[in-house]
Amino acid sequence: MVFNIHIRMKNLHIKLSFLFISLCVANSAMAQGGLMEGSQWLTLVLLGAAAFIAFFFIVQVADNFLAIEAKSSGIDTEKNNFSVFPRMGELFGPSVPDYTEGSKVKVLRQGHDIILAGAASGSVKDANVRTFAVQPKNFIGMSPIPKVVVEVGDNVKAGEVLFYDKKKPDIKYVSPVSGEVAEIKRAEKRSIAEIIIIADQKNEYVKLSEFNLLHGTREELVDYLLATGGWSLIRQRPYDIVADPTITPRDIFISTFDTAPLAPDSNVVVAGRGAAFQRGIDVLNRLTSGKVYLGLNGGAKDAPSSIFTNATNAEKVYFKGKHPAGNVGVQIHHTAAINAGDTVWTLGVQEVITLGAIFTEERFNAERVVAIAGAELHEPRYVRTYAGANMGELVKDNLSNDHIRLVSGDVLSGKTKESNQFLNYYDDQVTVLAEGDEYEMFGWLLPLKARPSVSRTFPNFLFPDQEFEVDTNTHGEKRAFVMSSDYERVMPMDVHVQPLMKSILVNDLERMEGLGLYELSEEDVALCEFVCTSKMPLQKILREGLNTMREQG
Amino acid sequence: MNPLLKLFKKFEPSKDNKLAHTAYDAFFTFAFAPNETTHGGTHIKDGMDLKRLMVHVVIGLQLCYLFGTWNIGHQHFLALGEHTGLLDAMHLKIFYGLMKLLPLFIVSNVIGLGIEFWYAAKRGHSVEEGYLVTGALIPLIMPPDLPLWILAVAIAFAVIIGKEAFGGTGMNIWNIALLTRVFIFFAYPTTISGDEVWISGIEKIDASYFGTEYGFMYGLADGLFGLLGLSTFGAGGAPVIDAYTGATPLALAYQGGWEAVTAQYSVGDMIWGTIPGSIGETSKVFVVLGMIFLMVTRVADWRIIVSLILGAATMGMILNAWGATPFMDVPWYHHFTIGSLLFAAAFMATDPVTASATGTGKWVYGFMIGMLGIIIRVMNPAYPEGWMLAILFMNMFAPLIDHYVLEANVSRRARRAAAKA
Repeated sequence: MVFNIHIRMKNLHIKLSFLFISLCVANSAMAQGGLMEGSQWLTLVLLGAAAFIAFFFIVQVADNFLAIEAKSSGIDTEKNNFSVFPRMGELFGPSVPDYTEGSKVKVLRQGHDIILAGAASGSVKDANVRTFAVQPKNFIGMSPIPKVVVEVGDNVKAGEVLFYDKKKPDIKYVSPVSGEVAEIKRAEKRSIAEIIIIADQKNEYVKLSEFNLLHGTREELVDYLLATGGWSLIRQRPYDIVADPTITPRDIFISTFDTAPLAPDSNVVVAGRGAAFQRGIDVLNRLTSGKVYLGLNGGAKDAPSSIFTNATNAEKVYFKGKHPAGNVGVQIHHTAAINAGDTVWTLGVQEVITLGAIFTEERFNAERVVAIAGAELHEPRYVRTYAGANMGELVKDNLSNDHIRLVSGDVLSGKTKESNQFLNYYDDQVTVLAEGDEYEMFGWLLPLKARPSVSRTFPNFLFPDQEFEVDTNTHGEKRAFVMSSDYERVMPMDVHVQPLMKSILVNDLERMEGLGLYELSEEDVALCEFVCTSKMPLQKILREGLNTMREQG
Repeated sequence: MNPLLKLFKKFEPSKDNKLAHTAYDAFFTFAFAPNETTHGGTHIKDGMDLKRLMVHVVIGLQLCYLFGTWNIGHQHFLALGEHTGLLDAMHLKIFYGLMKLLPLFIVSNVIGLGIEFWYAAKRGHSVEEGYLVTGALIPLIMPPDLPLWILAVAIAFAVIIGKEAFGGTGMNIWNIALLTRVFIFFAYPTTISGDEVWISGIEKIDASYFGTEYGFMYGLADGLFGLLGLSTFGAGGAPVIDAYTGATPLALAYQGGWEAVTAQYSVGDMIWGTIPGSIGETSKVFVVLGMIFLMVTRVADWRIIVSLILGAATMGMILNAWGATPFMDVPWYHHFTIGSLLFAAAFMATDPVTASATGTGKWVYGFMIGMLGIIIRVMNPAYPEGWMLAILFMNMFAPLIDHYVLEANVSRRARRAAAKA
């Protein structure tokens, strides 16, 4: 085996230079023959070619012996190429960073990173937010008027039940903070929009009973999570709804990185919360019959936080690619895709931490690290607050002008919010961007300002690291579908987006299912919607399709 | 507020007058990108829109336009036996070319856009930009002397029956520019086939300019050129030489194979495009430049272009091997130098609406066009060029190709589910 170690030339350039030298030797051998009469050059070339082929043949045979030897001693793996010749993948394939050594790496070629100015940076500071809300409309599929068990004026502790869905009364939705219920805001048709709580800043928690993960059964664990409010942290695919407690999911997926524009860095988010994160994974392992998958970022220069890389009880898969490689839907597609009839659950990093904290801290700790980002801010930053924080208070004294839009979430799939509204339950990002309600002369042909685009009709592709300051202008009007393969360039899944959208528009259920509707959520087609030449509202169409399918059962 | 914007706003017709308002809106959004902001979906949008996409095709055509204008004049004077040098009397050749090309361009856009505006107003949506490209393509694929009324009728047919009847831009099955041409080809064959039509003014006996259409324009130009001391159109040229047929390389290849072609035109002539033919397709050099522009900007899908060229090359080689007629013996690589293969590959087959929409489908679609086009070109005695018919034929099959690609996707998903279960 000593011999093998010497031959194990992992570096591609060594192999290439070896081949190059061999070629040079062969060439000079032919050049020697060239001293003969010029008219015989054809014969010489043929002879040279024959010599080269013979040489190649000998090397090839020897090479195969080497490969067989490596195989029989069981040391040939994906990573170790014992052949003298580089593999096709090594020559033309993408390089993966060293820290992924020994793990599964999925490389996604399609996608596009929208790099915006105003990314959050620096250390996490405590936010001065006093108003919080839980918004029943954040939970897709909830009935418009859930049963609210508190009244205005009540004092609640963090973790105290606020409301539940009358159709699924077991799943309790709890308060993220302690304080006074200030208002129960209603929207159209008396539906409940927000249950607003003014925090008393004493941070009193409902004391939870201890749950022994080792001895408790799965049923007891489910009941415990339903009662403590932890259940609302788990989402279910297809449809992206709150998990159904009567189902045992096939697998559970957690994406530990977010590739969306200006998204928070999960390594910052998870810092110092390692124990709770690991406990969360342990808990999830008890809930599924399959595996808990952890999607890690294989595209960054540095390895992800050791909390992610050292996590146990989970199957780790690295993903290297541009946005939407960090979307859990894309990761599911490439690890164990959702088939018709399958149910999987998904959680974000911060939800896993809150879930784990129920067991490590015995309280419902809805603490969130939120990225406040955007070019319209004086100082983009990370703040520590609780789920459902008030938007206006989060960006207070930080706005450079008032002609802006506040977005809960990222610029692709986030929701517009007024300053008296609240961060959505599953969001950990506030994006502030300029409103673009201005006419621009010949703006479609000769834009005055650089703008992000995947199109090569802009010189953007020559400057891949360019940061953009963006506004909300549509840059064009809605038109019929006229596509020249723009969707497929940013869609790293085996899904034909345009035919799928058309099948939703004509309500062809069988086709929707066949073309992979179940594998998608809004965020997965958001980038397609961004690049769409015809400015089609793909996320809206997709949700209509998902709703139709959900109602069909 | 921009003063120009104010001026524009002043002329806005009332919304009750639908046609006027639609037309105004079309021109207004052309001059100013609208102030619309996003709501509901993504908060930011890519800078690309349909206008920009379409205009880049038109930009890709500009070299063909420039060369086509000059070549109309050049072929005309060549036939007359005057100013036969390439650089002789550039001003006369370009003026003559413009006198032929501009009316075609104007009629193409006035008729086509007029119909588009009318339908947009009727349906109550804004004007889609699809016709920007169609209107620019149509003059380039016509013979220079085509009567304008025939063009008008053909465009009306293509836009109304071929496009609006299917629901407008994005819904049509056939390429509108080619549908226009195919209408002329079957309804008025003598104006678009044969040896006489490809050179402007070839039927003239005494080649007088002043009695013809827009004769006064030649007079004005002569006055101007005379003042500048340049050569003028004058009373007319010498009568056209009897033997001068104006046959295209394709017609020659059909009659006598590659020898007959090279007897009249050099390969350089054919590559640079100083030969008779449809207005915009003769110069392979400028077509290839446009093709590269479209591929680099990704306005056209490179897969269609590459697979079309591969398909044509494959069929060319098969026919070379067969070799039953002189045309079959034309070396396969010279199929690229004669006729409008490259123009069709770059600008006609790549129309995103009528081409196959799936990645795999595009390979099949392009390859089939390539093969069919060569078959029609070589084996059809009635018409020695195949791209118009091949592309229209494959336009019709593009939805079928896509159907099978999607079925494969569906069954792949079903198999995956079955393997799990």
